[in-house]
Amino acid sequence: MIKFNTVLEKHPFCMLKQEKTLFLNETLKQLTLFHYKNCDKYKKILDSLDFNPNAIDNYYNIPFLPVSLFKELDLLSVNRNDVFKIMTSSGTTGQAVSKIYLDKTTAVNQQKILVKIVSDFIGSSRIPMLIIDSPSVIKDRANFSARGAGILGFSIFGTDITYALDDNMKINISAIENFLEKHKTKQILLFGFTFMIWQHFYKELKKLNNKIDFSRSMLIHGGGWKKLINESVSRKEFKKALKDICGLTKVYDYYGMVEQTGCVYMECEYEHLHSSIFSDVITRRYNDFSSCNIGEKGIVQVVSILPQSYPGHSLLTEDEGIILGEDDCPCGRKGKYFQILGRLGNAEIRGCSDTYAAKFR
Amino acid sequence: MTNLEKYTNVFAEIFGISEKQIEKLKYQDIKQWDSVGHMTLIAKLEETFDIMMDTEDIIGLSSFEKGKEIMAKYGIEIK
Repeated sequence: MIKFNTVLEKHPFCMLKQEKTLFLNETLKQLTLFHYKNCDKYKKILDSLDFNPNAIDNYYNIPFLPVSLFKELDLLSVNRNDVFKIMTSSGTTGQAVSKIYLDKTTAVNQQKILVKIVSDFIGSSRIPMLIIDSPSVIKDRANFSARGAGILGFSIFGTDITYALDDNMKINISAIENFLEKHKTKQILLFGFTFMIWQHFYKELKKLNNKIDFSRSMLIHGGGWKKLINESVSRKEFKKALKDICGLTKVYDYYGMVEQTGCVYMECEYEHLHSSIFSDVITRRYNDFSSCNIGEKGIVQVVSILPQSYPGHSLLTEDEGIILGEDDCPCGRKGKYFQILGRLGNAEIRGCSDTYAAKFR
Repeated sequence: MTNLEKYTNVFAEIFGISEKQIEKLKYQDIKQWDSVGHMTLIAKLEETFDIMMDTEDIIGLSSFEKGKEIMAKYGIEIK
């Protein structure tokens, strides 16, 4: 399998297109062969597509599974006894949740890669961290929600980790004030999920009279915009609202999903999401799933070198996006940079996975 | 209390296990030492020895033994 230690020595945004393509071709081919050999259901899927994994010459040609397939099927490429943790999606799109089976190796690699990627944006020194969520999110330790996984993964960048909400998702003003008092002169890391921040932090702060000062802080948030779009809050408004209410100016979004935990796409100072050498984003046309050009809107496919315990290395998401460019973002990071436009009307994708699932159950 | 006693106590307290189990303990050997337990362990070690560890060392602390080497990097001799 992949020699992660050598991969980890590389800078996460060091590769130009040609080098990265060669690297992903080789690595993702190996992964496809591994899953083909070790996951019956995955093998059946590829066989039914008449796809020969030995013939992979470009990672663009590796079949993508719809993410919703992980809601329908238990997909794993390791022995059940080696499953260390099951992660679940937060299930906002319906009752069914994705189940992602992790063995120890995959779980450790996820954390390592996350640190590599995020450190490139926020530095490697740890700073006081305020999590805008409730500590109850990580209470069930064997079964992690996407929120819990995100919080834990990012906790490694923090010291004096403090939760801004109580077990009932109510804002804990005294905890926040004590925390700020303790770390008066230091930069602070805020972390949370976009909707939680809006609903349980921003709106509550707005109701209060005493102004809380977060001007020395930076916020990393993720989890998608779907619910905020329902409330007609745009990215711009979100940022402006936070600046107005608590002086927060450094606000960075990230894109990622529980099915490919670890490989997050961080937003740079130019508001571009970046793919590292450990993963890539491909946009696909709606009519025939051929790959889009730069600047053309399409369905987002994500590939990642991390998933070893489950066949999740090439997935079709339910999101729409645009690749904005490759290797030439003004921030200096190599690789593709892109923007996520929102959720698809998910009828087609669900239909797709239903067909898959019905076939292979 | 010696540093070794303090160090062992942190593991015993966080994971609720006996000293005998602790010596050979590795990350993810027991349910309690998962990623949640790990962050609790790190916080407690940092508090006990008044240090701040780098992210790489947090990931690197993969066993009771390995942790001793890492503590030494911060000037804490676990003896």
